[in-house]
Amino acid sequence: MSDWTDERPTRTPGVSAKDEILARVRSALAVPRRDEVTDAEDVPRAYQRADDKQEVSTDRGKVRDVLVQRLEDYTAVVHRTTADGAAAVIAEALGDAARVIVPPELPEAWTSSVTADVSQDDGTAGPRELDDIDAVLTGCHTAIALTGTLVLRADGIGGRRVITLVPDHHVVVVEEDQVVLGVPKAIERMAEDPRAAWTMVSGPSATSDIELSRVEGVHGPRRLDIVFIEPEPDPEAEAEAAVKKASARKPTAKRSSTNPTQEKTA
Amino acid sequence: MSTVDLGIPSIRPQHASPSSNLRGTQSFPDAARSELGDETLRGNLRHATATIQTKRASAVREVRDWQKLRNAGSALKWQVTDHLPELLEQLEDSVTAAGGVVHWARDADEAGEIVTRLALERDAQEVLKVKSMATQEIGLNETLAHAGIHAIESDLAELIVQLAGDTPSHILVPAIHRNRAEIRDIFLRSMPDIDPDITDDPAALAEASRRFLREKFLDLPGGVAISGANFAVADTGTMVVVESEGNGRMCLTLPRTLISVVGIEKIVPSFQDLEVFLQLLPRSSTGERMNPYTTLFTGVTEGDGPQEFHLVLLDNGRSAVLEDPEGRSALHCIRCSACLNVCPVYERTGGHAYGSTYPGPIGAILSPQMTGMHGPDDPNTSLPYASSLCGACYDVCPVKIDIPKILVHMRAEDVDQRRETSGQFRGTWDVAMKGASKLMSSPRAYDKAVRSAGPLSKVLPGDNIGKLPGMLPLVPGWTDHRDLPKPGTSFRSWWDARERDRAKNPDSPSSDSRTGGPDAAADGPATDEEQA
Repeated sequence: MSDWTDERPTRTPGVSAKDEILARVRSALAVPRRDEVTDAEDVPRAYQRADDKQEVSTDRGKVRDVLVQRLEDYTAVVHRTTADGAAAVIAEALGDAARVIVPPELPEAWTSSVTADVSQDDGTAGPRELDDIDAVLTGCHTAIALTGTLVLRADGIGGRRVITLVPDHHVVVVEEDQVVLGVPKAIERMAEDPRAAWTMVSGPSATSDIELSRVEGVHGPRRLDIVFIEPEPDPEAEAEAAVKKASARKPTAKRSSTNPTQEKTA
Repeated sequence: MSTVDLGIPSIRPQHASPSSNLRGTQSFPDAARSELGDETLRGNLRHATATIQTKRASAVREVRDWQKLRNAGSALKWQVTDHLPELLEQLEDSVTAAGGVVHWARDADEAGEIVTRLALERDAQEVLKVKSMATQEIGLNETLAHAGIHAIESDLAELIVQLAGDTPSHILVPAIHRNRAEIRDIFLRSMPDIDPDITDDPAALAEASRRFLREKFLDLPGGVAISGANFAVADTGTMVVVESEGNGRMCLTLPRTLISVVGIEKIVPSFQDLEVFLQLLPRSSTGERMNPYTTLFTGVTEGDGPQEFHLVLLDNGRSAVLEDPEGRSALHCIRCSACLNVCPVYERTGGHAYGSTYPGPIGAILSPQMTGMHGPDDPNTSLPYASSLCGACYDVCPVKIDIPKILVHMRAEDVDQRRETSGQFRGTWDVAMKGASKLMSSPRAYDKAVRSAGPLSKVLPGDNIGKLPGMLPLVPGWTDHRDLPKPGTSFRSWWDARERDRAKNPDSPSSDSRTGGPDAAADGPATDEEQA
């Protein structure tokens, strides 16, 4: 019944696939678009970029709170602590894991209270061996508050990609200076080393493929714990910062809505 | 632009290979008719599309600069189309510099040959796949099967579809047409070690698929995996794969050899530009702030992940889409599937009716441009009509593809094409239109015609006029895809009767307004098309 023919696309003899595709594309584009050609500098960058004032000047305490809230939204477990308390909290986050793997350059202090058998990744363990490991403990490169995302670089702190993938429980230590508010700032940090192997993690692995009901835990680690090392509340520095802020502000300036807590301390 | 270097001037853009999964066997209305009869399908679709739509809306509402991000996303995609040849060469250089190997595939057949050869050279009998539209489009699994290589889909929904011997019906949730009971049955039939008492709880079913695939993943070292990519960054050679389950990470990390099949339009100019697309895609697609896992890798990383990376850059009809300045922005699509979920047509018919790997509004403009529309009997010629032109798809599109405008443009192209063919519009349509214009220019003739319509239609069975034989003097073709209520009475006859009635019976309000049909006749044939 088909009264139409569908011919095979032609290939030009003696022309490489690359040259032919490029020639096809050039010939197609020879019919110009009606309006102007768009060059890189024509792209409107009016959205909030890495240097946006919200990214730069939002109160750090508030950024941290957003991160925690968004991480918990994805059912990750967040443990907030300070540098002094970190070791104990990390041990607690690892729970009853008997065997733990860590990347080679992880600060030793982080595992000082861990009672489990901790092995340092030497780059040889394959997925079968890693399948017998209960948990993996790594650091992090960047954490994005607004999306609740942890960005891991495959290095001595973030670990080879396979070690954060096969074990069923992942504990990530996030430090205050790694936290950014939005995606553009995170990409800016990643762009310093774009050719690294990057993994962005937002919550435990999940699927919504069956009637769109969300099921946590498919192939990636089914448990995700975040140990968040926040700055020690230092009353002196805090007061100083607040005074500085207050004096920098013109008397008529509107109160910044982003940092009401700090202003009260002034 | 008048002195453009055409390279080799005789080389023209080409449509996709006929073997591609871009065209069904039936026209959209015919395929839709049978899909519409499936109550389960309609129930699943309604639930699924409504759920994602709501999630998407709230995820988008959170982002204050959403419209600005859309503007940037759209402009970046125009930058890519306008500079595609240079960017492709830049991408090849970056990937090669990072230790990858770039292959160019003019069409589906060539891509299949390349991947098959790479897999055979590595003695792969089984390869694992990450869900990828491009490999679905080129029918890669079938091609590999011919060479004796078994491709296993590792995405849960794709696995369901594969085990059922089915085809995907949604870009993001390919098994959207299956409910949990059906999925349980599929698993029980095809997973050898499954617990026979498994329930149809989605968590239990997901766990079964985890166990089924886990062994395959753990055996991957030394093997071959095949993926697509959401974005290919020209300036760094970085591939970006966005996913939820972790099957992508497994396939991108564990094998010795990774082959990514990527359409030439997937390019993003610079690494920094990911700041736009990694905000637009997850919220538009799954309605999450960010999808659980995103992997970015560049060529080969020593001591981590695949030690061999092959990138297959695929044309397969994409150059033909580029050729039409009005339609080329269809290539800007980042496959988020937001347009499917808001489309009133898709919500009712589901994805299979479109007959292509790319369903829904975006499919209706993409598939026919990739394959070409070869006259009225080509199923893909019917796709630009698979829309009420309500415009919801444009509103949600993260890169602002003006789908309704392209649909109208393609309908016009189809009509123009048919005008060239005698026996099409020049024959019957023109005669019918001429007849109608004569009829409507004479009040007396029109009156006679409409008064006779009621009695005449009584010979037809049922309450609606369905498809009429082409020789009837009613515009042929018009009734092919539309049911219209039978005209009960013409307005003039109804009015006459009403006046007579009033004269006889001045107090009673008109009782025949329900049965007399001016309103029924008026909203009959018009609704479908005129909301535009």
